[in-house]
Amino acid sequence: MNLVELQRKLIAVARANAPGDNVPYAFEKRIMALLPSRATANNLVLWAHGLWRAAASSVAIALMLGAWVFFSPASGTNASDLSQNFENTLLAAVDQNLQAQ
Amino acid sequence: MVGISLADFHAMEQTEAELIAAVLKGNAASFEPLVKKYSPRVFATARRYARRESEIEDIAQEVWLKAFGKLKSFRGEAPFEHWLMRLTVRTCYDFLRRHQRNRESAFSDLTEPENDWLERFVTQPEVVSENADAARLLVARVLERLSPSARLVITLLEIEDRSVKEIAALTSWSVPLVKVRAFRARAEMRKILAKLPKHKYL
Repeated sequence: MNLVELQRKLIAVARANAPGDNVPYAFEKRIMALLPSRATANNLVLWAHGLWRAAASSVAIALMLGAWVFFSPASGTNASDLSQNFENTLLAAVDQNLQAQ
Repeated sequence: MVGISLADFHAMEQTEAELIAAVLKGNAASFEPLVKKYSPRVFATARRYARRESEIEDIAQEVWLKAFGKLKSFRGEAPFEHWLMRLTVRTCYDFLRRHQRNRESAFSDLTEPENDWLERFVTQPEVVSENADAARLLVARVLERLSPSARLVITLLEIEDRSVKEIAALTSWSVPLVKVRAFRARAEMRKILAKLPKHKYL
């Protein structure tokens, strides 16, 4: 059997028998009914993805800050200096008034 | 464009553009006339790649849901129908790739009419009918055994008689890739035909 000829013949058969273009009854109504639910689902999926990304990045930041605090040299004096300086700055005007009196 | 004047044609085109603009503005109901107008083409294309009506409907449904979701990417430079056909062909290709296991069916279960058609082809290749049901079934069997890319190329190039450039546009493959895949697809098809019951026909 000549395979090339058989191939040509079968392709000719496929060409001669184009598939039908009939559409099931009310197909467009079915599609329209699916669209709004799909839009809602898409919105929910988008929100879920956004929240997961936000949660992941928040955890990463918390871990980095935790590691920074944990591994940075502990210096209680610096911390008290900072709070003292902050207090002095905040109450500078009051102190000046007291000194003036 | 037989039976349609140029003015009517422009009016139709304008209406289509207006419908798409309305959908993009949030009026989903304007999508329905587009579905109604182009569904026959979508179904005809899907029937080239799937046999069961339930599968064909699934493909058509997927095409329209994708079209609705991706309508923002339609820039209006080419007709909507071309954009939709690209989407349809790609959806059909995805369908073929998802159903690759179905290719394993053997030729040993050829029906009697299919065997008869083949026997007639061997004895009188010139007179054998191209419209016989058996021939149609045999073609469907052979196409089902092709790999997804081979089936797509054979369908578009040989059966639908499209140019290589058109296929490249429809599939997003490069022109050289289409040519390579067409060459391989023809060879693959001959290899499949060679597996027909040898004791009977070869």
